[in-house]
Amino acid sequence: MAFAAFTAADVVVRTPRKKSPVALLLLLPGVLYLVLFFLAPLVSLFFTALQVPHLDGDIGQYDYGFNWANYTDVIRMYLPHILRSFGYAIIATVIALLFSYPLAYLIGVKARSRPMLQGLMLVLVIAPFFISFLLRTLAWKQILADESLIITSLKALSLLAPDAHFTGTPAAVIFGLAYNFIPFMTLPLYTSLERLDLRYLEAGSDLYANPFTVFRKITVPLSMPGIIAGTLLTFIPAAGDYVNASKDFLGAPDTQMIGNVIETNFLVLQNYPAAAALSIILMAVILIIVGVYVKRLGTEDLL
Amino acid sequence: MSRFGFGKWLLPVYGIIAFTFLLIPIAYTIVFSFNDSVKSNISWRGFTFDKWLTVCQVENGSVCEAFGNSVIIGIIATVLATTLGTMIAIALVRYRFGARGAVSLLLFLPMATPEVVLGAGLASQFLAAGVPKDMTTIIIAHTMFCISFVVVTVKARVASIDPTLEEAGRDLYGSPLQVFWRITFPLLFPGILAAALLSFALSFDDFIITNFNSGSVQTFPKYVYISAARGIPAAANVIASAVFLFAIIFVLVVQFSRAARAKALAKH
Repeated sequence: MAFAAFTAADVVVRTPRKKSPVALLLLLPGVLYLVLFFLAPLVSLFFTALQVPHLDGDIGQYDYGFNWANYTDVIRMYLPHILRSFGYAIIATVIALLFSYPLAYLIGVKARSRPMLQGLMLVLVIAPFFISFLLRTLAWKQILADESLIITSLKALSLLAPDAHFTGTPAAVIFGLAYNFIPFMTLPLYTSLERLDLRYLEAGSDLYANPFTVFRKITVPLSMPGIIAGTLLTFIPAAGDYVNASKDFLGAPDTQMIGNVIETNFLVLQNYPAAAALSIILMAVILIIVGVYVKRLGTEDLL
Repeated sequence: MSRFGFGKWLLPVYGIIAFTFLLIPIAYTIVFSFNDSVKSNISWRGFTFDKWLTVCQVENGSVCEAFGNSVIIGIIATVLATTLGTMIAIALVRYRFGARGAVSLLLFLPMATPEVVLGAGLASQFLAAGVPKDMTTIIIAHTMFCISFVVVTVKARVASIDPTLEEAGRDLYGSPLQVFWRITFPLLFPGILAAALLSFALSFDDFIITNFNSGSVQTFPKYVYISAARGIPAAANVIASAVFLFAIIFVLVVQFSRAARAKALAKH
């Protein structure tokens, strides 16, 4: 996505599309690869989610079956984690949108006449991508730790209760999610706002609309593709993330998200059916949300 | 211009605050690569260049080894994903074929699937097939999630190529391969380069999918994740800072040369 934004300004030359066997040769290797290593794993996940424990088997030994109770079991056990994941992801997405919209407007509209400045600001937006995701999350953990300058000053100013913590709270996890996915929100917003025809705004104010009405009735609807793409690109990774919520990063045991539970069940407990069932649930909820968006836009426009 | 929205100064001031906020953890990571720390790199103990000079001696070189693995995986996955993705991008823009919607969906879905699902899915497939997890399984996983991003990036570039240039090549009796390598490929190159850089960045920084499919192989992000519990040595900051500085200088040069060219073109 990051670099896609750079090439988005290319002029599109419409050419009539030909029908040729060459197309098949070009498509086949890549499509086959995705069928083998993207689709087939989803199918494998589906069947793993229905497995039953092997009789007298060791930990991690399962037989194929149709144990639909796996789903009800994981929902019963992990409903708080499931709800928490989507709750955190929604709040983080809203925060990222509110943070990014003015920034994208500044880059895409205000800086339009200064390509150098615009380029520099775009680089600054994607700069966090170039430093390890895990290290920048740990950096926040240390910057906002109980004994850090920021937290101790806030406590000295009585803006924070003396015994308050930030890291290890839901607020810290949401903060981390919002921070880490801000570039995914800002870039599509920028791409949309870059193309915004300012004459529409002028027409709006000529018709005595106040700036707020112009913004609400013209700018926002015209940047809707960016808002939709940005919210999806933020919400999806945020809902499945388990780094921010991990206790070694910004979370605590009681902030664990669905991703943490999948990781623990798969890699530690070797309870593969539970991990698979949770993955299918996560995927299904996200597909429903994406489906609503795709219905509005079509996949060609989202790609 | 100032008639639209937000007032004249409000937005630039907001921009400065927002960019500062975005850059804080980066500055922190770089500053702490110069920290004279002993074991864990948490409190500031004085400035030193030592950590940069001894980066490959820490913990018997395990940080450097993890970094090396990440680079190798990144390069191979980038080459594979860029090749497969570019072929698909050309087919999507240039040709008519059945099942177009299905192909678009197949390309879109990996981007709409949370990484933890991609990771767990591949891991359960490898488990079912009895494939041991090693460097190869990581490369397979990374190539998979990079393909869609390559297609998105290169597609825009293919659509911008004037097809009459290729027609001219054919009219001059160029074979299809000659036309591709002498005309299409050079024109596509900026898009392919951007796609390759994006793939490498995605692969290099991936943790979630790697964690499910790496077995005992260490990559740089995995090393950081595992050491997070016991304190991360400054060597990790050194490597992250070096990668950051290299990448940012590269991107700045590309951006400024683009902007300068656009300016020069605008003057004519």
